[in-house]
Amino acid sequence: MRTPALWHSRRFRAALIQTAFAGTLVLVVVLATLTAQRNLSEMGLTSGFGFLWKSTGWEMNFTLLPTDSTSPYWWFLLMGLMNTLFMGAIGLTGATALGLAVGLMRSGRNPAARFLGTIYIEIFRNIPLIVQLFFWYALANALPPPREALTFGGALISSRGIYLPTLALSQAVTTAVFLALLAGTAFALWVSFSRRFQRMEQPTRRRLTLAPPLLALFATTLIVVTSHAPGTPWLSHPVAEGLRINGGLRLQPEVYTLAIAITTFGAAYVGEIVRGGFKAVGRGQTEAAQALGLSPWQQFSRIRMPLAFRAMLPILINQYVWLIKATTLGIAVGFSEFFMVIASSINHSGQTLEFIAILMGGFLAINLTLAAVLNRLNRAIALKGHQTGGAA
Amino acid sequence: MTALPRQRPLRRLRRAYFGSVWSAALTLFSLAVIGGIGWWLLDWAFLQATFDPNGTRETCALNEGACWSVIAARWRVILFGIYPFEEQWRPALACIVVAVVIFLSCLPSMWSFRRLSAVWTLGTALFYTLMRGGVFGLTFVNEQQWGGLPLTLFIFVATGIIGMPLAIALALMRRSELPVISKLSGLFIDTVRSLPLLSILFTFAIVLPFVLPGFLIGEKLYRVVVGAALFFAVYQAEIIRGGFQGVPRGQEEAAKALGLTYWQRMFRVILPQAFRLALPATINQFVIAFMETTLVVVVGFVELLSAGNTAYTTGEWKFAYAEVLVFVAAIYFVFVFGLSRYGAYLEARMSAGQSRD
Repeated sequence: MRTPALWHSRRFRAALIQTAFAGTLVLVVVLATLTAQRNLSEMGLTSGFGFLWKSTGWEMNFTLLPTDSTSPYWWFLLMGLMNTLFMGAIGLTGATALGLAVGLMRSGRNPAARFLGTIYIEIFRNIPLIVQLFFWYALANALPPPREALTFGGALISSRGIYLPTLALSQAVTTAVFLALLAGTAFALWVSFSRRFQRMEQPTRRRLTLAPPLLALFATTLIVVTSHAPGTPWLSHPVAEGLRINGGLRLQPEVYTLAIAITTFGAAYVGEIVRGGFKAVGRGQTEAAQALGLSPWQQFSRIRMPLAFRAMLPILINQYVWLIKATTLGIAVGFSEFFMVIASSINHSGQTLEFIAILMGGFLAINLTLAAVLNRLNRAIALKGHQTGGAA
Repeated sequence: MTALPRQRPLRRLRRAYFGSVWSAALTLFSLAVIGGIGWWLLDWAFLQATFDPNGTRETCALNEGACWSVIAARWRVILFGIYPFEEQWRPALACIVVAVVIFLSCLPSMWSFRRLSAVWTLGTALFYTLMRGGVFGLTFVNEQQWGGLPLTLFIFVATGIIGMPLAIALALMRRSELPVISKLSGLFIDTVRSLPLLSILFTFAIVLPFVLPGFLIGEKLYRVVVGAALFFAVYQAEIIRGGFQGVPRGQEEAAKALGLTYWQRMFRVILPQAFRLALPATINQFVIAFMETTLVVVVGFVELLSAGNTAYTTGEWKFAYAEVLVFVAAIYFVFVFGLSRYGAYLEARMSAGQSRD
């Protein structure tokens, strides 16, 4: 039998394969949805997102804004998301700072510093993050109980947390102050580094850079002074009373152990990336700088560092996305970040599929935003004509 | 011809370590940190430690250092988890089988398809027989009771075996000339890559029983392994894609001109070259996969880390958390460091003959 002429057409075969592929996918999705609906109705659960406005009935152990067990599910999810971003910001900053130091030590000329950097990187890179996290958490739990807490300066260190003396502000005021300072600093950084303002004259530019942080500081002092109720003390000192410690700013063990673990682990990876970035700077560049008579600091800050930064940024972007995802390990120590809130919500309410969809949507949003912002930065600082834009 | 003046070794050392004020300060700082922490560690772990294999809490309290008796007392729980006590020679043997198989796969002389598949099939069959039993007079042990080091190795190896073909399939689909297939697989890869591994493991362990028909559900262990393999596959697919980009375009065009079919082109011309280019990153991905096997503790498996946790939180050894965690960390360190050193060796072997500036 002769095969029909249609079969010889490449376009027909391509269309057939693609239709079959798409059709199979649709079939699988439809079957999965039907099975899920049947299983859910057998268990007596309704689908749909109406439960988001019901109150949860359980508590989160760490939130940035006031939350309690009567708050609705969507508030809990938002708090979990804020916790993830908060821990991610701390982890990223710490890992970058420490990683930069370690990477610089490793790519320097001093053999003792190189050795120290190598030991640090090899130790912290080759042990899984969760093992390191459990180690720090076990250390934190082995601290003395509140009654026998250690004192250091004005701080009290115990197994229930590290208590620091702080200004006596309510939680909402603290967040407002923090946001104001953050906005001021972000604006100042944008003005000083952005190309848009490069053509401004220096005095105007300096004023524009300094104005927002000063404004933010002024606004913060205003907020703090006006929200202070007369008669109450300005500072809050931690004081051990019986079995508990009252007052002061409480750093819970879950929070600071996760921060330490992510920082030290991330710093090992960032250190390797920094070293790779410096290795990618051509030797000719450094030698030309030396021949021109630049001092070592000028060679570093004007030639090696900018070139190394542009070389390491794409890999750093991947590492940052990974570090944000690593905050989900908070579930292992009980830090209520986004994933743990979702897991607890599934346990308590049973609305499994909706919560998984929210989980995936949330992490997709975080990672896509982070990748988009950083890729934009990467394209903006790329040397025109010498480097490709660095498409992922 | 004048030769460069040779510097006396002492002067060279002095210049390297104390060349400038900053350098001198850095040297002193580094030596202080290394010396201080090193001495404290040495003191804690060896000089003041208790090495008595029959020691108890009281004997350990006499010395200030580490109490290594907890390892002697609890090593079976740490290494094998809740596997039945009398049959623990079987997981020990199974670990050795896996180690031998991995070692053999790393030797360049074994790199032919026939030899590798023979070694891996034999190894997998041996592993399953030993761990599950039920044949040859061995008692049957359910997957629920597998734990400790064999479970970690099993998850790692299964992730690699299932994930690698899946990765090649995904990479080829993404590279396809048919737009529907390439865009859908690209979307799938980017989506799964944005999710944390824990959420994928959690979904596969807990959510998947809802959406699958009854006969596909299977044991929780196999679902979790498939989830981990999927995650490994999407990252590996991106690495292979990077390898594809390094293969010169002329190779594929020459293969087409020679009249090779799609499969012949891929498997005989393009993929071997792409794999060779992607080998360092692949080894790195394997190292990460090994470290991420620890995450299954969150979905309720007693692998090496959580077996270690059980070992010190029960009984009288609650104070010896540091010793147990250091022991577990050392096991991971040995495997991971070995794997990454092997990756460095492969990279050096590949670039022998290429000039480096």
